[in-house]
This record gives sequence, structure tokens and C-alpha cells, in this order.
Amino acid sequence: MTIQKKAQTSFNWQDPLLLEEQLAEDEKLIQTTARQYAQEQLLPRVLESFRHEKFDPAIMREMGSFGLLGATIDGYGCAGVNYVSYGLIAREIERVDSGYRSAMSVQSSLVMHPIDAFGTEEQKKQYLPALASGEKIGCFGLTEPNHGSDPGSMSTRAKKSGNGYIINGSKTWITNSPIADIFIVWAKDDQGIIRGFILEKGMKGLSAPQIEGKMSLRCSITGQIVMDNVKVGAEHLLPEVTGLKGPFSCLNNARYGIAWGALGAAEACWHASRQYTLDRQQFGRPLAANQLIQLKLANMQTEIAIGLQACLQVGRLKDQNRASPEMISLIKRNSCGKALEITRMARDMHGGNGIADEYHVIRHLLNLEAVNTYEGTHDIHALILGRAQTGIQAFSA
Amino acid sequence: MKILVAVKRVIDYNVKIRVKADGSGVETSNVKMSMNPFDEIALEEAVRLREKTIAKEIIAVSIGNAGCNETLRNALAIGADRAIHIPVDQDVQPLMVAKILKALAVNEKPQLILLGKQAIDDDSNQTGQMLAALLDWPQATCAFKIDVLQDKARVACEIDGGLETVDVTLPAVITTDLRLNQPRYASLPNIMKAKKKPIETLTLDQLSVTIRPGLRVVKVTEPPKRQAGVKVKDASELVDRLRKEAKVI
Repeated sequence: MTIQKKAQTSFNWQDPLLLEEQLAEDEKLIQTTARQYAQEQLLPRVLESFRHEKFDPAIMREMGSFGLLGATIDGYGCAGVNYVSYGLIAREIERVDSGYRSAMSVQSSLVMHPIDAFGTEEQKKQYLPALASGEKIGCFGLTEPNHGSDPGSMSTRAKKSGNGYIINGSKTWITNSPIADIFIVWAKDDQGIIRGFILEKGMKGLSAPQIEGKMSLRCSITGQIVMDNVKVGAEHLLPEVTGLKGPFSCLNNARYGIAWGALGAAEACWHASRQYTLDRQQFGRPLAANQLIQLKLANMQTEIAIGLQACLQVGRLKDQNRASPEMISLIKRNSCGKALEITRMARDMHGGNGIADEYHVIRHLLNLEAVNTYEGTHDIHALILGRAQTGIQAFSA
Repeated sequence: MKILVAVKRVIDYNVKIRVKADGSGVETSNVKMSMNPFDEIALEEAVRLREKTIAKEIIAVSIGNAGCNETLRNALAIGADRAIHIPVDQDVQPLMVAKILKALAVNEKPQLILLGKQAIDDDSNQTGQMLAALLDWPQATCAFKIDVLQDKARVACEIDGGLETVDVTLPAVITTDLRLNQPRYASLPNIMKAKKKPIETLTLDQLSVTIRPGLRVVKVTEPPKRQAGVKVKDASELVDRLRKEAKVI
């Protein structure tokens, strides 16, 4: 008869599947730097920032000083970390606020990545170091007022003129645009092919009005990009890519970060709910003594632990260049949907206090409404996964 | 100038400590470990001395199990030039550490040894003092401010009720207190560079050191739970209970 050995390990409720053990030394150090920065320097200002819809551009320079911007890029003042590390950074920043993570994601994945992947050597040298340090702020213009989930039908046009182009059109829901120095804009050329352009603040005909009154992501600034006969030289074209795969490659990277980030916000809400229901006494005992509360906590823990394992696996595959866009759709959709559900549960568990900003959960809930929508809605990612398994696209008739 | 910084791997300060069921110690499996915060301050001070071009080389050393490599990698990311891991499987006690560091100091010949005034796990506050005694070097403990002036260091030390400034001739041992500096975060580029810096492993045999624990842990228990307060009706009941129950008046 064999005697089963007693498990030599105790259960860690915060890290139930021991994700920490799956990380390399440098990944853990990167995670620690991001967590320290977020908890010590971002968390203390988040309430004021959200309440008054104010984004402090100094945050970009702070992130830059720690190497958190464009961290996956090798050279040009960037650290060259792997994608697992990038995910860990997103998770730590978003544990504080999705708006801060959005600002970081846009700069890294949507501005620096396309310049690095599709730009000329001159463009990389000119733009990447200042974007990495946070001295220059970038934004990314794809979505238009009439073209959201269907960017292929965009109206913005880049008409060939002499050696360069004249760009006309407008982009909306653009993170960072009102304070941006550098604009990555996607437009159709005379042949109807989507091309990427690097525009700079101050170009004649280029403006970026702010969108006010957002009830979500109030810590990050959002605006439009309006282009009225903006003349650019050929050196502003991103030469190495044509078609939708340009913007989609950027979105793919950003969505991967969002998948990690959303779970960071969910973790913050889960931990807050656990503490709140342990501390709050009703009917002579802590709220956490109720089965209904424990069920919710168990659901939160389970979804987050499983979701993080999925993110880690896709990150490892991405580092081997084996992650398909469908995998990223799967984790972006799963993380955002589950995180949104968790923040709603957390709001509920906090009772009346849950609507006050000082308890943080309502802020995460409001933020995740946007995070679940931007960079491919929950439903659109379902259609991508549906197409991938049926061979039938359901986007259009 | 060459600086040796000793960094201890301890349970992270954010972790809620749990005592093992058998009372033999505290739970360390699946617990987040990090660099002793006082040692982080010592390392930061060393890095600042190098930035002022006073120090040329910073060597970080950690004594303990294989996990110390992670702590040393962190030290390299913060700014140490190279690192030495000295594997020891048992619990490290102040006198053992002092003996090991002495042997290392004889080999490396640093002009300054910086270490935290204490580690947050056992709070001994002994290693620096023992090390200075074994080396017969001057010591300054609980440093609040350090100025290095050629062959000596002027150190403002935290003492009860104020600061005491002492001059120590180098080489010397200085232990660092909380208010000396604010340690930096390791930036991502420096974390990546640290991957290429060397960590050397030196065994006790190579250092010709034998250690044996001089202290034996008898029992580890949780601190007693705080009793709930009581309400009293009036001053006379308060006085009465202070006299009869609390026996303080």
C-alpha cells in the first residue's frame, strides 16, 4: 500500500496557481519596478485625476524614466524586454487605473511599435528616443466617427501631391490626442490602400480637440484628430506596410497588453472586496461570513487565476513569435468581459460605499466599460473566434 | 574605492507573517521574498557614492539559499557591478554572517562595507557591529548621513534623541538607517543590463570559514491577540477597575 504524501505546500489565496513561480528573474524584477511605481506614485493621485478629468503629462516622463514606454523595443533608448514583461507592466499599471495603462499602451504599442516595425531608420532615430523617455507624447488615429469596428471602410484620405501627400479626414476616441506631439494616422491613398503616416503637432490644418464628459477613463485624456488639408512630405509615410495589417499589428500588441491589464484592475477590485467584507460587520459578524459573499470571492479568484494563466501562455507564445491574432482576441475578450463582471460584483459587495470614488471599485467598473469596448468589442472578438472555427465570417452580409 | 554591500533575502515587508504550525519558525514556502529594505538603503548609498565618482566598484554579497541569486540580480539592476553568492543552507545568524563577511573582506579588500542596521526578519541589529569587531575596523552604526572625505568618512548616526556625528578612518563598516536615503527603483534598461553582469558563487570551503549556529530557536509563537476594550459607566467605575482589575493604581 502506498501512503499518499501530504502536499508540501500551502495555498496562497492571492496567487492560487503560483503564477509568480512561472516568471523568470528579470520578469519578476520588472514586475516589482512597475508595481512600486504604480502603487507609490500613481495611486496617490488617481482620485483627483479621475474626479477632475485631468491627465498629468509628467506621468509619461516618469514612466519613461523607468523604461516603461516601448519597453519591448530593442535599442533607441528602449529596454528590449519580452512580451511577458510587457504584460506584467500593464497588469501593475492597470491595478491602479485603466486610464494610466491606456496612456502607456498607446505610447508603447500604437505609436512606438509601428515606427519601430514599419518606419525607416531615420524615423526610428528621430522619434523613438523622445517617445521612450516620455518627453514626446504620441497618439494613434484609426477609429473615425462613422467607422468603428469596421476600419476598412475609413473615410480619411491621403491624396498624392508632388513628392508628398495631402491628408483630409477626422479620427475620434483618440487617447492622448489633445496633448500629443506625434500622431500615427491611418488613411487611404489614391488607390484606396490604407497607409500609415507620422504627423507632428503644429502642422498646418492639424488639430486635436478634447472630448469632455467621459464617464470612463477619466484619468487619461481623449480627443479627436481633425485633418484639414494637412500637407506632409514623403518622409512622413511609414513605408514598410500597406493595408489593414498595419493598424491591426499595432492593435494586436495593445490588445495583448489589455488582456493582462484588465485582470490587474479586476485583482484590485477582488482584493478590495475581500478586505471590505472581512472588515464590515453586519448582524454581528463580518459580511465575508456569508455564503453569498464567499461564492463571489471564489468566482473572482477563479476567473482571475485562470485568466492570468491564459495571458501568460499567450505571452510565452508571443515571445516565440507563435501567438496568432485569434489567441489575442480570445484573451482580450475573456479578460475584459470577466474583469467587467468582477468589478460589478465588487461594486455590489461594497454596498452603498461602492459608489464612492474613495473605495476605488466604481472607478474600475466605469473604466472597464471602455476597456471592454475599445480595441475590438467583446462581440467583435467573438466574431473573430467564430470565423476562425466555422470558416464563415459574420461581420457583413 | 571599492564598496562591499551585504544584502539579505527576507520575507517581503508587505507579506503577513504566518507562524508554522509546529512553532519551529515562520512560513516561507510560496511567500514573496525580497531584499531587506535597510540593505536596499545601503546599496542605494553605495550607488550614489559611485555616481559622485567616490566609489569605483560595488560588490553585492548575499548569504543563504539559492533564492539569494534573485536578490543579487536585483542588486545588480539597482547598480552593483558584480555579485557574490555564498550558499548556506541553514538559518543565517549574525555571528555566522559576520565571520563569512570578514573572510570575504580579507579577500576583496574593500575600503567600505555597507549593510543595513538590521534585517526585518530577525531584527538582530548585530551583524555590522560583530563584523567591525572581527575585522578590527572602525564602525558607524545607524547612519543618517555619510560623507566620504579621502581616507575617512564622516557619519551622522541616529541615536536616542538626536544625531551623533563620528569620523571613522577607512576601511570601515557602516550600517544604514531608514532616513539615509530613498532607494531608487530598478529601471527596465538596468534590469536588462543586469542579466549580463556576473554572479559568482563562493563556498564556505573556498573562503575557509566554518560556521556553526550559536543560537537555537526554542519556539516561535504569534504575538498575543489584542483584547477587546470595555466601556465604563463613570469615572468612579474606571478608578475602581484600574485599581482592582488592571492593578495599575
